[in-house]
Parts: sequence; structure tokens; C-alpha cells
Amino acid sequence: MAQTVHLFIPCFVNAFFPTVGIACVEILENLGYRVVYSTDQTCCGQPAYNSGYVKEARSLATRAIQLFGVADYIVAPSGSCTAMLKHYYGTLPLTRKERQDWDLCRNRFYEITQFITRVAGVNHWKGTFPHSVTFHDACHALRELGIRDEPRQLLTRIQRLKLIEMPHADRCCGFGGTFSVKFPELSTAILEAKIASLKQTGAEFVVSTDSSCLMHIAGYLKKHGESITALHLVEVLWQAWKNDGSPPILNGTHAP
Amino acid sequence: MDHNPLTNPTRNAPASGFKQWVRLYLQNSRYRENIRRATEHALEQRRLAVDEIPDWERLRQEGHRRKQQIIDHLPEHLNQFIENARARGIVVYQAPDARTANQFVEQIARQHGVRRIVKSKSMVTEEIGLNAHLQQNGLEVVETDLGEYIVQLAGETPVHLVGPALHKSRQEIGQLFAEKLGVTYTEDPSELTRLARNILREKFLTADMGITGANFGIVDSGRVVVVENEGNARLCMTLPRIRVVIMGMERLIPSEADLPLFLTLLCRSATGQRLTSYVSITGGPASSPSPEGPEKVYYVVVDNGRSRLLQDPHLKKALYCIRCAACYNICPIYQTIGGHAYGWVYQGPIGAVITPELSGDQRADDLPFASTLCGACSDICPVKIPLHHLLLYQRQRIVQRTSGPHSEKLGFALFEKLARHSMLWNRMIRLLGKVQRVFPGELPVPGWTHSRIFPRVEWPTFTQWWQKHKRKTP
Ligand code: SF4
Repeated sequence: MAQTVHLFIPCFVNAFFPTVGIACVEILENLGYRVVYSTDQTCCGQPAYNSGYVKEARSLATRAIQLFGVADYIVAPSGSCTAMLKHYYGTLPLTRKERQDWDLCRNRFYEITQFITRVAGVNHWKGTFPHSVTFHDACHALRELGIRDEPRQLLTRIQRLKLIEMPHADRCCGFGGTFSVKFPELSTAILEAKIASLKQTGAEFVVSTDSSCLMHIAGYLKKHGESITALHLVEVLWQAWKNDGSPPILNGTHAP
Repeated sequence: MDHNPLTNPTRNAPASGFKQWVRLYLQNSRYRENIRRATEHALEQRRLAVDEIPDWERLRQEGHRRKQQIIDHLPEHLNQFIENARARGIVVYQAPDARTANQFVEQIARQHGVRRIVKSKSMVTEEIGLNAHLQQNGLEVVETDLGEYIVQLAGETPVHLVGPALHKSRQEIGQLFAEKLGVTYTEDPSELTRLARNILREKFLTADMGITGANFGIVDSGRVVVVENEGNARLCMTLPRIRVVIMGMERLIPSEADLPLFLTLLCRSATGQRLTSYVSITGGPASSPSPEGPEKVYYVVVDNGRSRLLQDPHLKKALYCIRCAACYNICPIYQTIGGHAYGWVYQGPIGAVITPELSGDQRADDLPFASTLCGACSDICPVKIPLHHLLLYQRQRIVQRTSGPHSEKLGFALFEKLARHSMLWNRMIRLLGKVQRVFPGELPVPGWTHSRIFPRVEWPTFTQWWQKHKRKTP
């Protein structure tokens, strides 16, 4: 029987970037997993946690843990939320019962790129994407989860996709959650260095594993009439399959 | 006028708080350009130096472990260090705060009839405001590190732990020298260095007291170590008859055998050198046991808030710091606004962690929030201080201590209520989407939309799409 993946969709992805979630479903199902999702899901509590509000973060963390059930894996299209679920929940003042519940989940949490490459074992992504892209390392994916090579491995195997590395791809884009509105000028100034780097590449698309960075980057690009488009990695992966007509692996429950 | 010695007396900086300072410095494009160039250069040098060492990771772990041994039992190690120093004929004072430290140094100066003091770079003396204190008491204090000399001439404070004047271009230094020293304008670095050296040489020869900091205090020998590249610190410690070492009480390393490790970590992280041009290890005064050295040697060991860090099981890790400034260089905040915008002596990620405790001043409470928590600092730190976790921890402490800003507190309470109920939560999303659609033009989002478009709620949301297409629940 197919293994089950519980999809965790970041709260703002649900509202603003639903195609990222849809791409996750399509990819996971076509890789042969049964995908489940709880429509009761809201937010993992990271905004409160990163702002120092432990009580509120704890309340949302314990709520989130209850939603995960018995799925084999819990996968999120975000390094940041995954780091919150997998690592930072452990620093919250949980009761013994809550900690036990979390312990039952923590080794099942995966960021989707990691899941695709390490768990599903897919390193050669099939499909075509006839565009130039540059990849931005999202800080939490990179430093909390150690994701560096996996997205690049996937991207470079796509037909006609040209990956152009920007200088200092691993430097922060200046988003930082509530930092971006608490210190808007500073956040924007850091972002401008990132924008300069990605413009140097001349790429058509900027791709990352986290929609939060992309919301920040794309928000600036659009506001300033730049022609570069921001895409989540899973959107590129899914689009690459679609460009070839149909997904190469059709042992999933869902036929396109 | 602000009397807190930790507050940066940089001219032209408004006293109205960190956020205003940030705005001010963001507008200074020349300053920002100099900071960016200098930090990039330092990072590149560091990278080359670290790449030479295959087991760098292991060295970092070892450095962390050695510092942990010290900090976990700091009072015992400190006593041991002081005992060993005293056995060498060194007079040791322990100063609980900045005021006492300054008074000790002033007393030492008076006792020995000192008039002119030469000093080499020392952050702890910046922290306690030593120069100002001594000058107010009629003593002449001359900074002899070139960068430090430049900021002293300019009436500023260090912009960086390692490069106090790295925010100034050659041209600016040339202008400063022409203006303050009455010399002909030049922007040739070696010529500028020569000018400074001529002036400083005279000061060295006529100074009665030399003050240096200490990069390391060695517990098992009572000696101190100073690393530098200009040789000025060595002159400060050998020429004048009175030598004063001022050091934070956490500067200790267990034994002389640990020096190779710590010198490797420090020099490579700070300047990308295998070793700095000068490494001086000094002991007590002349006569005991060697005939060389100053008449009298004093150590002033400063607490000044460090005990507050030490008491906290997490924050005490910040005391492992060996002041290499690598975390400054890699920090997107520091790279963008430079040291002066922080408004405090210690800047960058480590400064943002320790300043609230060291200063005990609520105006430092903004600092831990001025971070994207990207974690680059923790990754680069040669003694593996989990800096971004400490920043997060400081945020929690500050929110607890102050209950946070009122509106923010309410905001998060409301956020939590909504997010506990998916029905309310989804209603809120729908409402936002509707408002965005009826609002003429772009709905302004405070703090966001001045520079970035705020995304619109998409229909269907992912949850709506799922309900329509899947209708499966776990
Ligand atoms: S915190 Fe670490 S990286 Fe920063 S100055 Fe101290 S030792 Fe260097």
C-alpha cells in the first residue's frame, strides 16, 4: 500500500500562493504517495515564536501537532516551517504528553526537496523547462536543515533549464518574518543587495524553497517593474512535467 | 548628553533610538559602501585561511569545549588566574563595574605620577569609557593603533571590533589628517601610516603608562596574550614604566597549551592570517623572575554586567566569544548599516546578544529584534556560539520582561485566537481577500508596501481547492 504523506501548507502559502500547495499534491501523488491534508490547519506559530511570544507559539504548536495523525511523513514546502516543526518546537515549554506527541512526529517532518531527494530517492528530475533560472538559498532550509545541493541537483537535470548561480546565493534576502515590517528600511536595503545579485545573472526566474523569501523578493521585483519572476521550486518541478505533456511516473492515485 | 559609557558618542547620531539611527546610516552611501567593501574583503580572507585547515570543524568544537570548561566554572578559574598572576608580582584588581574600573586606572596613574598614557586597541576600555574618564581627570591618553588613532582624531568610536576605522576611505583619512594634524593632504596609505608613526613614536618614548587589553588570559600561568599587526601594542607594554592590562573577566583560556588552538581560531577568523604579525605573551614586572619589563604591572579584570550573562544558562555561552568579528562581517544587518548605527560599543550579532545585559539599558532592547535570524553568524563563529538562537532567546526574555509593545502584544494574542480556530482563520482570509478586491489601488500594509507589493489572497485558497478536489481528511 502506498505510504501516506501529510501535507503541511504554510498559512500564507494557503492564502497567497495556493499553486505551491497544488504542485506539492501533484508531485507527491505522482511519486506514488497517498497525500492527506487537514483543512483544520492554520499556522505553525512561527511568527509568534520568532517575535518572542512563547505562550502563543506554544498554543499553536500543540494545536498543530494534534493535526498530524499517523501519516508516514509530514512534508511542508518550506524550510522555515519545517525547521519550526522539527527543531524549534522542542524548545517550547511543552508538557510531558505534548512532548511525547511531538517526539512521535519529529522524525517524520521533511521539507519537500529533502523528501523528494532523500526519501523518495528522486535525483533525476524529468521534464522540460526552457528558461534560465537562478536559485536563492533560503536561510532556514540551508542552515537549519542543511539543504544546499538537493534543489540544484533537481534543477540541473531538467531539460533545457539553464541554472545560473548568483553571487552569494546563500546570503539572506532580508525577509526575516516580522523583521521585514519592524525594520522595513533595513529589510529593504538587505533585499536590494540580493536583487542586485540576482539581476547580475540575467535569469528569467528566481527559484527558492521558501515562499516567504519569494514573497519578499517578488514583492520588490513587481513594485519596481523588474521582469524577473519568482517561483517556488515545486512550481518549477511540476511545470517541467507538464511541459512534457504528462508526468513520467504514473503510479500515483491521481491522474492529471 | 548621554552618560552611559556603552552609548556611542559618534557625532551627528540622534539620541532617539536605534530605529532612527538605522535610517540615518542607511542614507550614508559612502559609509555603507566602505563597510560593505571591508566586510567582503575580510570574509574572503577568512575563507581562504579557513579552507587551508581541513579539520576546521573539529577545531571549532574544541574551541567551544575549552571555553565551556572555563565559563562553566568561571569563578574558580578566575581565582586561579589571579593567584598565578599575583605570584608573578602583578597587582590585580577586580572591578565590578565600569566606574570602579576607571577609578582603579586613575588611581594607578596618580600613584605613579603618570601624565601621558599610550594605549593599544581594547574594546573593554571602550565599553567602560576609560579614555573619557582619564581625560576628564587631566591625563593625556593617546590611542596608538592606527585605526583607533584615526577614530580618536575624528572624535568617533570604533565601527568594528577588529577594524575600528574601516568605515573610512583613504581619502577621508587623508582629509582628516590634513585637518587635524596640519599636514599636506595625501591618500597614500604608506605615507599616512608614516605620518601617524612619527607622531606616535614621540608619544611612546615619553609615556609613563601603557594600557592594553588582553585577547587571552592564561589560567595556568597568569600571563596574558595580545595579538596585533602593527607592533604598537608591544611598544605600549614594553616602553612605559607602568603597564596596565584591562580585560573582561571571561577572556580566560585554560592553559598555555591551548594557545595554538585559540590563535588559529582567532587569527584566521578575524583577518584571515595564519598568525598576526605580533603575538605577545607577557608576565610580571622586571626583576621577578626576569630583569626585563616594566616597573609595575597591573591587571584590571572587569565584570560590568558579565555576571548577569553568566547567571543565565543560555546567555553564558555568549561569554565564549573571542572577539574575532567574523559574525559582524557575515551579518546582513551589519553589512548594511555598519557598526555606528547600532549605537553601542559591541555591535553585530554578538553585540545584539550581550548589550541588553551588559548595559542594563532598555534602549538596547531593539537590538535582538534587528535580525533576520538567518543563522550565518552561528555558522561562522569559531567557538560555535549559537548566536541566532541566543537572539531568539533574548527576544523571549525582553517580551517577558516588558510585556512587549502594547499593540504587538494584543496583535499576537488575537493572532493566536484566530489561528486556533480554522473557521475564524479562514473567514479572516476571505475578508482580507474581499477588502483587497474592493480597495481602489493597492491596499497599504504598514511597513511592507512602501517597497514591496503585498500579495493578494488567491481564490481558491489551497484549503478551498483541497475541499473541492479532494475532500479527504486524515
Ligand atoms: S561571537 Fe563568535 S564570531 Fe562573533 S566575534 Fe565572538 S567569536 Fe567571533
